[in-house]
Order: sequence, then C-alpha cells, then structure tokens
Amino acid sequence: MRYVVVILFLLGATATLSAATLRVGKGGNYPTITAAIKAARAGDTVWVSAGTYREKNIIVDKKLVLKGAGYPVLDGEKKYEVISIKADGVVVDGFRVVHSGVSSINDMGGIKIYDSRDVVIRNNILEDTFFGIYTQYGKNCTIENNRLTAYATEEQQSGNGIHCWKSDSMHIIGNTVSGHRDGIYFEFVTNSIIRRNTSFKNIRYGLHFMFSHNDTYFSNHFERNGAGVAVMYSHGVKMYQNTFEQNWGDAAYGLLLKEISDSHIEGNSFVKNTSGIYLEGASRIRMAKNLFRNNGWGLKIQASCMDIEVARNNFIGNTFDVGTNGSLVLNTFNGNYWDKYDGYDLNKDQVGDVPYRPVSMYSMIVEKNPPAMLLFRSFITSLLDKTEKVFPSLTPEGLKDTKPMMKKLF
Amino acid sequence: MKKIIKYVMADILRNRIVLVYLFFLLVASFSVFSLEDNSSKGLLSLLNIVLLVVPLISIIFSTIYVYNSAEFIELLVSQPLKRRTIWISLFVGLAGSLSIAFFVGVGIPVLLYEANLTGIMMIGVGLLLSVIFVAIAMLAAVWTRDKAKGIGVAIMLWVYFSILFDGLVLFLLFQLADYPLEKAMVGISALNPIDLSRILILLQLDVSAMMGYTGAIFKDFFGTASGMVISLSVLLVWILLPVWLSVRNFNRKDL
Repeated sequence: MRYVVVILFLLGATATLSAATLRVGKGGNYPTITAAIKAARAGDTVWVSAGTYREKNIIVDKKLVLKGAGYPVLDGEKKYEVISIKADGVVVDGFRVVHSGVSSINDMGGIKIYDSRDVVIRNNILEDTFFGIYTQYGKNCTIENNRLTAYATEEQQSGNGIHCWKSDSMHIIGNTVSGHRDGIYFEFVTNSIIRRNTSFKNIRYGLHFMFSHNDTYFSNHFERNGAGVAVMYSHGVKMYQNTFEQNWGDAAYGLLLKEISDSHIEGNSFVKNTSGIYLEGASRIRMAKNLFRNNGWGLKIQASCMDIEVARNNFIGNTFDVGTNGSLVLNTFNGNYWDKYDGYDLNKDQVGDVPYRPVSMYSMIVEKNPPAMLLFRSFITSLLDKTEKVFPSLTPEGLKDTKPMMKKLF
Repeated sequence: MKKIIKYVMADILRNRIVLVYLFFLLVASFSVFSLEDNSSKGLLSLLNIVLLVVPLISIIFSTIYVYNSAEFIELLVSQPLKRRTIWISLFVGLAGSLSIAFFVGVGIPVLLYEANLTGIMMIGVGLLLSVIFVAIAMLAAVWTRDKAKGIGVAIMLWVYFSILFDGLVLFLLFQLADYPLEKAMVGISALNPIDLSRILILLQLDVSAMMGYTGAIFKDFFGTASGMVISLSVLLVWILLPVWLSVRNFNRKDL
C-alpha cells in the first residue's frame, strides 16, 4: 500500500514536471506566438523558430519560457508594445525585438514587465524600440546579455534602454545599450545589482539613478554619453570598478552625484571627461583607489558637500585636479597621489612632507569666468598660480591633502 | 640672393651665440624629458621654453645681428643689387638659421620622446614663432638707427607679446565679465602670435577641459580643420606683414 502511494506520488510529480514544449512557426503546430501562449499551461515552453512575427502586442500572462531559435524577429510595426509580461517567472530568451510603438502617453517598451517577480529577459536583441526593457513593480528579475540599440536624436522623442521603476532586487548584467535617452534608468529601485554593462552614445545619461537606494553597480563601462552618469537623491549606492570615459561638454560629467549620501566609490577609472566626478549636496561618501586621468577637472566638489573622504586615489594628467565654488570645506583629502605635487620627502616614507593644495587659483578663475580658459598656461597665469600657492587668498585654505603620496599608488 | 643667404647663414652659424642657443635648447629638452616621470608632463614644461625663450632669443639676436651688419648691408647696397633682395636674403638667412637651431634643439628630442600630434604641433608652432619674431625684430631694427633704442624696442615688444598682452586680456575679461566674450576672445587671440600658438597646443593638451561650453566654441573654431588653417594663416600673416613693412621701410631708408 505504501509503495502504491509512493508510485502514485512520483507519477503525479513527473506529470506536473514534464512541461510541454509548444512549437511556433516553421514545422510547429502554432502559426503565432499568441496562439501558442493561449494553448499553453503554466510551466510550458514556447519554442519559436526563426522568422518574422507581426502580432501586435504579445501578452504573456502565464509562467512560460519563451525561447527563440535563430533570433526570430518580433516586429511592433512602430505601433505596439511588443511583449508585455504579466506573470511571475516568465523567461524571454533569444528574440530580436524591433520597431516598438512610440507614445507620449504610455511608456511603450520593447519588452515590458508588469507587477511580476522572477522574470528573466536574456540574450535578446532590441533595435529601434522606444523604451527597451521596461520594468514596473518588478521583483528579483534578471535582465542579462541583451543588446539594445536605438537611434534617438531628441530627448523628448526617445525612451530609456533598460528602465526600472518601483522595483526591487533586480539584476542587470552584461547588457549593451546605446542610442537611447538614458542607457539604464532606475527610479525607486532598491537592493539591485548592475554589473558588466556597456552603455555608450546615449543622448542623456549612460546610467541614471533617482531615489534608488542600496544598489550596487560594478564593472560597467560608460562612454561618450551626452551627460555621463547621474546618481541623484539616493543613499547607500556602491560603485566599484566602473569606467567612465570621454563625456565631453560643459554639462557632461563622468559621474554626477547630487544629493547622495552614505555611498562608496572605489576602484573606478575616470578618463578624458570634462569633469571626472561632480558632487553637489553630497554627504558621507568614501572615494578610494579611483584613477582620474586626463580629465578637465578630476573632481568638482561644490561647497554644499560634506564628509566626503577622498583617499588613496591617483590623479594623473588632469588639467585641474580639483575645482570648487566656495571657501567652505567640510571634506577630507588624504594620501592621494597627485602628479602635479612638487613637494619633497625628507624621511623617505613615501609621504610628501608639505601638504598639496589641489585647487589651483586658475581653476577658481575659470569657474567664475569660463572664457578665461583661453589664457590657461600662459606666463601670467602660471605666475598667478605660483603666487597663490605661496599665499593662498582665492583658493580655500582648508582644501588640502596633508599626506600626498610621492609615488603612483597602483 | 642665394649667395647672400649662404653668406649670412655661414656668418651666423660661425657666430657662437646660435650654437650656444642650440646647445641650451638641446640640454633643456633632454633634461625635461628625462626628469619628468611621464613624457607628456615634459612636453608641458617644454611649452614654456617654446613660448618664452624662443621668441626672446629670436627677437633679440636678430635685432643685434641686423645692427651689427650695418656696414655689410651698406657694402651690399653699393653693389648692383635690389634693396629688396638684400633685406629678404638677410631675413631668410636669420630665420633659417634660428629655425634650424630650434629644430635640432627641441624638434629632435620631441620627436624622440613624444612623436605624436601634440609634439608635432609644438615643433611646428615653435618654428613659426622663431620666424615670426625674426620678422618683428627686422621691423624694429629698420625703424631706428640707434642700436640701443632698437634693442630696447625689441625687448619691449617681447615683453608685450609674452606678458603684458595676456595681463591686459585677463583684465578685460574681468571688467567685461557680464558680456558674452567667447567669440571676441577668438578674434583677440589672433592679435598675438604667442597666444595663438599657445591655444593651438592647448587644444591638444587640455582637450577635456576645453570642451566646456565656452571651450566648445573655441574647439569649434580652432579644433576644426578650417579653424586650424585659419589660425596657421594668421600666423603666416604675422610673418609676411612685418617683413613687407620692413622691406618698404628699408627701400626708402636713408642709410
């Protein structure tokens, strides 16, 4: 009797485990994905073979795996949202999603997740979509290895690549985003990870954070975005090992921090930006082991910041190492390497004996009067800088590194 | 004409001053590159030499040389030669020998350590500055017969171009800070060959900082191919105009 129960139980288990595979397209039983979804039961796999599918809006309202073989094209005909996911645990894998609708009332996405958890979107190619992959009220979703390309020219007429709104525990991994308004956009998203993504040539920001707390992003690459990367009104953000490159323009920053607190910035590279990092109203931030190379301004710290700790960073070949707009300094600089430091080290402990003042007088002048940049490196301005070094009057007295390193740190 | 140029150049190269100048540039360049830990910083230090020392030596040496060869010039004028030819040969001889000295002294070390666009730009600008200040010196020398006065004028011109001008511009910038001066600044910079040269190099060295809003205007002008051509032609005007004026003056001069 006991055996019968066990056997019956096992049979029941295999019956529920053996999910069916529904084939769509050439050689399949279903002509359209919508029909297959309708026929499927939760847990089934919908296998889509190569071809072009124009099915208006595909709504996935069951726990299904949608698998594309040979990148089947899902065309939104510039009118529809292509895939809408309204169930937990859906997997969308291997599709080419093109031409989603553009709307200024609805945020139409190539793939949009509504109120769902554990959704996986991976290995898809999205081209010419309004919003690329859009999540609202998502939880524990994974967006992995997708390639998103848009051809936006105007900020108002374009959507974001990967857009997450009011979500939690998201994993954004290994995606490539370009040509959108913001490459990756987070608003009210918590406890999430953004890793190994590349975001370049987006109109506004490569990565944009608003009110998103306790997120981590690391090993990402942001290059040539209209205004770099912005992290605003958030706390507990951790930024490790990212690269910020070639964000050029008066309002372009490698990294813009506005109203950020309790965050860590470690091991990042800021190369060839007009401003490497721009901080406004930021507090309790630790910046360590970052590399600032060939930037116009390595750091721009506005006087509204406090308790910023800048330690053990390399500043190499920047036109100005640090810029500021006031004389109030509530931040500390410690043990950084500055290639412009010309002090000495008598006791040979690798720490310079005289403090280094990273704010040059001329950076203060240019801050007030930008055209003065044209006189930079002329004899008269070097003279002004030298006298200012001896008798600081314009530059903030307290802004100095008391333990500048003699040798490059890493 | 060729003969006179050859003679002038041989005379100058036999003169130890130019050899000392060459040697000084060579030592300065090599030491700058070997002292700094990265060679782009060395280029930055060299920038000061190019912008200050090269014009100074060019203008003073040329003025003195022209005064010292007054008798030689008188001798040549008595020959069946056009005055124009004599004067231009003198100019070419001076400009040629100082340019060679600059090229050997700065050009070769730069090509060895920093053979990139910035380095090549610096060599080009340095050569142009050498020639421009020879031209200005010849204009200063033809104006007055008095040697002391002539050298004084030459020094004052150098002080004006390398120090006073920038001070004046800075002063104006602050007085007129409320007005949009970006475009005017582009025009003003054309009034000083040293400034123009400095900006051309600046656009290579500090491109990130120059890309700010106002910088974008400068970059749009100086950074583009047409802007570059315009800047270089302005520098050429800085050679041709003083030479033309001094030739005219020399033609009419009572020796």
